[in-house]
Amino acid sequence: MQVTSAVRDPLITSGKTLKDVSHDVSRQVENKPTGLWYIGMAISLSLLAFGFYCICVLLWEGIGVWGLNKTVGWAWDITNFVWWVGIGHAGTLISAILLLFRQRWRMSINRAAEAMTIFAVICAATFPLMHMGRLWLGFYWALPLPNTYGSLWVNFNSPLLWDVFAISTYFTVSLVFWYIGLIPDFATIRDRAIVQGANTRAAIYNALSFGWQGGAKTWMRYESVALILAGLSTPLVLSVHTIVSMDFATSVIPGWHTTIFPPYFVAGAIFSGFAMVLTLLLVTRKVFKLEDYITIYHIELMNIIIIVTGSIVGIAYITELFIAWYSGVEYEGYAFYNRVQGPYAWAYWSMMTCNVISPQLFWIKKIRTSLVATFVLSIVVNIGMWFERFVIIVTSLHRDYVPSSWTMFHPTMYDIGEYLFTFGFFFTAFLLFAKFFPVVNMAEIKSILKATSSEGKHGTPREVDKTRH
Amino acid sequence: MAANKNFLLGVFEDEDVLVNAVQILRTRGVKIHEVFTPFPVHGLDEVLGYTRSRLPIAAFLFGLTGTCLALLMQFWMMGYDWPMIIGGKPHSALPPFIPVTFEFTVLLSALGMVATFMIVSDMKPYGKPRQFDVRSTDDKLVMAIDVDVNRTVSRTAITQLLKDAGASEVNEKVFP
Repeated sequence: MQVTSAVRDPLITSGKTLKDVSHDVSRQVENKPTGLWYIGMAISLSLLAFGFYCICVLLWEGIGVWGLNKTVGWAWDITNFVWWVGIGHAGTLISAILLLFRQRWRMSINRAAEAMTIFAVICAATFPLMHMGRLWLGFYWALPLPNTYGSLWVNFNSPLLWDVFAISTYFTVSLVFWYIGLIPDFATIRDRAIVQGANTRAAIYNALSFGWQGGAKTWMRYESVALILAGLSTPLVLSVHTIVSMDFATSVIPGWHTTIFPPYFVAGAIFSGFAMVLTLLLVTRKVFKLEDYITIYHIELMNIIIIVTGSIVGIAYITELFIAWYSGVEYEGYAFYNRVQGPYAWAYWSMMTCNVISPQLFWIKKIRTSLVATFVLSIVVNIGMWFERFVIIVTSLHRDYVPSSWTMFHPTMYDIGEYLFTFGFFFTAFLLFAKFFPVVNMAEIKSILKATSSEGKHGTPREVDKTRH
Repeated sequence: MAANKNFLLGVFEDEDVLVNAVQILRTRGVKIHEVFTPFPVHGLDEVLGYTRSRLPIAAFLFGLTGTCLALLMQFWMMGYDWPMIIGGKPHSALPPFIPVTFEFTVLLSALGMVATFMIVSDMKPYGKPRQFDVRSTDDKLVMAIDVDVNRTVSRTAITQLLKDAGASEVNEKVFP
């Protein structure tokens, strides 16, 4: 028996050449956007406009326009904050952790996933800033800057302050990592523009590419930079959601005061992030005809990560329930009894269904390789993850220690409006990115083309190889 | 004639052929100016004889600066300038300062290293770069040889060597 190929399935299909890669990816930057793009942009901008109106009212009137009351002082704002930060985590996992693990399939999806990270972190950051009521003072109050009070410094013992440092560092480092990756691809677009005679575009992309030339020495340094940025981003991404979870875990509220939170939040973040990457990429690959770059195989691998992280989240839920009973702490026990049985049980069971049961469907190969099923489930997972944060935050708060304070939370138009604002921003930013930036990392794809293309798999040398003999 | 003006460009289509060609030319005593590729070619830096990048050291030093600055800042602010007792806990203790210290270390390390990379690689958003072949960011791997530096090997010999090593074209490039 003859073994034909020990190599894995090709990552890039249809036998693409180097030129095809440049062409297929640069095409949408060079051509006019399609009608679909304009429709998407119109919807996103309407959401953004409505949300902007709600924010203006919020800033004018104060956060009393939200549905918060004295018992439930944190609700949609912090739910949305944690939800968006979590979504961002998949981008860093793909670009940093999978780079350290030498997972080549990440190369087709890392660019779009990192863009998603950056936009999601911006969306997340709007909520704490809005919650301050006077967001123009947000940076001044949250950072250790000298002031006229003494100087009265910020409290470095507070997890909320750790969050300021964690989120801003995460945003900055992700942005730098993403931009470093974009530089060679901007140069490709610049040089194509020079060949096509589009001088303005060439000048713009030359500035964006920092005059990239692609010399061997620069590539050597570039790879060194990418590897170290990945090494720095890996503990960074784990620290970010750990610190977000400490906003809750270091408090003494029943249902929050648990040591399980950091790993549980990190797994949940990656879970929701991969779901959002899938939602975005399934649309992007279709609209931009990138089916040969983002193949069913890529989607299947992402679905497998969803099974793994979804199962970790499921185990965390069950552990929480068990410990609430086993610890014998009656406040903790009541908090969980109330989650399962109380007035917010509908939210708890929505969370359980969406996060624990639905990802288990991906054990079936037919479902995890189906585009429609993946798309639907990716949205279901993100609904579930939103409910997870809502359940943790609101159910723990709405039953206060004194029963006379017990209440419910009802969102107002402004709670909803600000959430819609972030959706508007996120999709507007993503559409602009998809139009003006290369959505797939061309340089990295080119580097694996020979080793993993469908031609390379069968050992057929490319035409030039003949000259070697 | 002044150096760094007249170049011979060997255009290659395949990374393995290119790496092989670099080795052949270097053993024949040809000095290679630089090789421009659309993607990172592994092993190319070794055959060109480049020493390992010292950027990791820069990253480490920037990170160390971040650690020290963050610790100094927190101990000074919380313990010396305005000691605050919160919840009866010591006003300057190491454990609660670790998250901010870690984040600041990562921030300075990443930004410092990237800035160093940009400076040493002469990358800037203004000005026109000196481009040897615009196809080198698309699908061609281009080896640039400075003719005036290679006094021992003639221009025709280099051309022939490049052709024999598998170059699909050999072009001349003269910068004003």
